[in-house]
Amino acid sequence: MSFAFYCDIAFGGLVLGGLYALIAVGLSLQYGVARVLNVSHGEFIMLGAFATYSLYTFLGINPLLSLVITGPAIYFIAFLIHRTMFNRIRKTSPTIAAFEGNSLLASFGLLFIIQNIALLGWGPDIKGFHYLSGSLKLFGTTYAINRIVALALALIAGIAFYLFLLYTHLGKAIRAAAQDRDTAQLMGVNIHKVLGFCFGLGAFMAALAGFLISMIFEITPTMGLPYTIIAIIAVVLGGLGNILGSLIGGLILGIVGNVVMCFNPALSMVAYYIIFLLLILLRPAGILGKKT
Amino acid sequence: MAAVLVAVLLPLFMDPFTTISATNIFIYIVITLSWALFSGPTQYISIATAAFFGIGIYTSALAGELMPFPLVVCLGGFASFILALLVGLSTLRLKGMYFTIFTFGLSELIRHFVLWWEVVMTGTVGRWVVSIDPVPVYYTMLVILVVTISFCFFIGRSRYGLALRSIGQSEEAADHMGVNITAIKINVFAITAFFAGATGSTMATRWTYIDPSIAFNPLFSFMPVLMAIFGGIGSITGQIIGATVLTLLADFLLTEFPYYYMLIYGIILVVVILFLPSDVVGLWDSIKKRRQKELHENT
Repeated sequence: MSFAFYCDIAFGGLVLGGLYALIAVGLSLQYGVARVLNVSHGEFIMLGAFATYSLYTFLGINPLLSLVITGPAIYFIAFLIHRTMFNRIRKTSPTIAAFEGNSLLASFGLLFIIQNIALLGWGPDIKGFHYLSGSLKLFGTTYAINRIVALALALIAGIAFYLFLLYTHLGKAIRAAAQDRDTAQLMGVNIHKVLGFCFGLGAFMAALAGFLISMIFEITPTMGLPYTIIAIIAVVLGGLGNILGSLIGGLILGIVGNVVMCFNPALSMVAYYIIFLLLILLRPAGILGKKT
Repeated sequence: MAAVLVAVLLPLFMDPFTTISATNIFIYIVITLSWALFSGPTQYISIATAAFFGIGIYTSALAGELMPFPLVVCLGGFASFILALLVGLSTLRLKGMYFTIFTFGLSELIRHFVLWWEVVMTGTVGRWVVSIDPVPVYYTMLVILVVTISFCFFIGRSRYGLALRSIGQSEEAADHMGVNITAIKINVFAITAFFAGATGSTMATRWTYIDPSIAFNPLFSFMPVLMAIFGGIGSITGQIIGATVLTLLADFLLTEFPYYYMLIYGIILVVVILFLPSDVVGLWDSIKKRRQKELHENT
């Protein structure tokens, strides 16, 4: 148990936490604003990962460059899905609770569809590629370069998104819609546009996370669901509808997960669930949420 | 009664394949009915059926050699009953989406925990289950089915059914009217879990090999929801038809297009939710309105 060992755990936790934060923010946008508890969130992560993998191994496109292609493409797909599917459900559902229930079930359908198309297209095997897989020695510990890049990108994306939310017109509209949809609409926010944009942006975040995951870990078409569950836990941890809370929730979960993984890899998923069940029982509003 | 009589005599004239496929239909009818009995009227959407089902399966695997088959089935149901009781007691404060997320998290937690237990404690992932002939399994499922249908039928017409519906419409108002909402929610939830657990115990004898990802397959949580919406929440006949049609369809897809099975099922799920006139929560209301309208027209 040396200093280097702790450095290693802390660094791994930060990388994982950064990834989880991105995933959680994506889901938070979809659930907190668009009110779709998107269980197929992980499938967009998988699509992002596989798009990066395919573009790199078959066409030789630099992964950092391919993000420029895959990101907007996945945003557009998700935007279309929201326009066609969830908008229709929104119009036919009498109450917000009915919409949440129906869109949850519809997104399960989406999960099966996307996952199985990917299984047919890429096959069930585990895949991976090497990119920036060198290492860097710092303070007596070695760090993989791709992990440093992933952490840096996750940080940049998180900060950029936060500034976007805080200072731009659209960001303010999103926050208004998250707080009170009807009032936001009365204040002149085009709610129709904002909801579609949020769903698309959520998927874009997922694709970005998938791109980073494909650089570090191995990928399979069935990798999505565990990430979705982690995202749900992180979002509940930060409080439903609280986008900044999700960011922090994801970070905490990543660090906890990495610590547990260092001692017993099989238990990290169990640890997430125990955190989740305790949280939902003791403090359902989340660590940052107000008591209701 | 006539239908039961036909069902009792059926295995005498059927080939084994038809018996097995009829058993399969019974399984899905039971889990659909038991899901809809609680989640339909109360609007607490539970996706923990897989947890109860899986507990039943594991009971069968652990106790299958120790005691006679009917006892194993009862024990499987009882184990699920206890689990549901605990869940019910701990989730009293949760409403709406939180309850749904909790139930899903619960079944996934149990799955991962069992997986970890098997790998660390026993060293293998899977287990063997004592296999039993299709015909006794068929009769066991038939008994469970008849009990479930009669239970749903009588609950729906009793004060408990009324209480469940009042919880769904306004929990607070029901509480003020003197309905013991806590006791009713927990009891009904636990009893429906009993049926799912007993079904799981029965089903396990047909698979002979199980592991956590088979026993706690999330599909068993979604199938009943899909089948109940497809057939119509609030109508026992509708649910029976829904479960029968979709099970037959699933069997057909599984044999004809094994690779596209899940893909097609996902498409059906989306289409059912998008294009069926009613939805999980709103269906009950629309049925009631239609009935009232018919009453008005008739009088």
